[in-house]
Amino acid sequence: MSVSVQSDDFDVGAEIIALSQGRTDIGAVVTFTGLVRDVAGGEKIADMELEHYPGMTEKALASIEAEANTRWELQATRIIHRYGKLKSGAQIVLVATASPHRGDAFEAAEFIMDFLKSRAPFWKKEGTLGGGKWVDARDADEDALNRWS
Amino acid sequence: MQVLYFAWVRERIGVPRENVETTAKTVGELVAELRGREQRYDLAFSDMSAIRVALDQELTDLDASLDGVREVAFFPPMTGG
Repeated sequence: MSVSVQSDDFDVGAEIIALSQGRTDIGAVVTFTGLVRDVAGGEKIADMELEHYPGMTEKALASIEAEANTRWELQATRIIHRYGKLKSGAQIVLVATASPHRGDAFEAAEFIMDFLKSRAPFWKKEGTLGGGKWVDARDADEDALNRWS
Repeated sequence: MQVLYFAWVRERIGVPRENVETTAKTVGELVAELRGREQRYDLAFSDMSAIRVALDQELTDLDASLDGVREVAFFPPMTGG
């Protein structure tokens, strides 16, 4: 289990290798990568500013990761979330899960992403031509949590 | 106690954190006290359905007691991922 909150970019391939290095018991690695889209609600997005709550962010991500590890048979998990100013096309978040079987790896990765979106203290501000605009939380993100209860 | 603000709550109040002397017993009482102090707080806390609160870095609600709390944070619903 490992969580990083950083401004630097990450290398998905290197993270997969690091998860499975030195072991031969892993049957499946699932990764999810979130990117900055260049359009939202019909408006052109140049960049995205990600603010977070240092201290609480790490705790919230570690708690989500620990919960996933109690619910599914996981051999390794990795969460990386970036903050600061990110250009469109940039990587924002990585979730990787390793398990003997793909079912657990897929479900756990989705669970971590669903909780991370509305329970980890990050806030996105989109940079548009008209200036910065805070992204509103979506009801769909809150609804996504209910299926795991 | 230390009071922290994030995202548009921070922008409306104008500072990321401040030390607040208060006798408020709950989060709700603290919000009412701040709103009575200055307009910028009143504006930031005008719609409490859009505000989330954490005490010592744990999410909680407006009824929560401030007893023994060192750090209070106010922010909009989170939009990570």
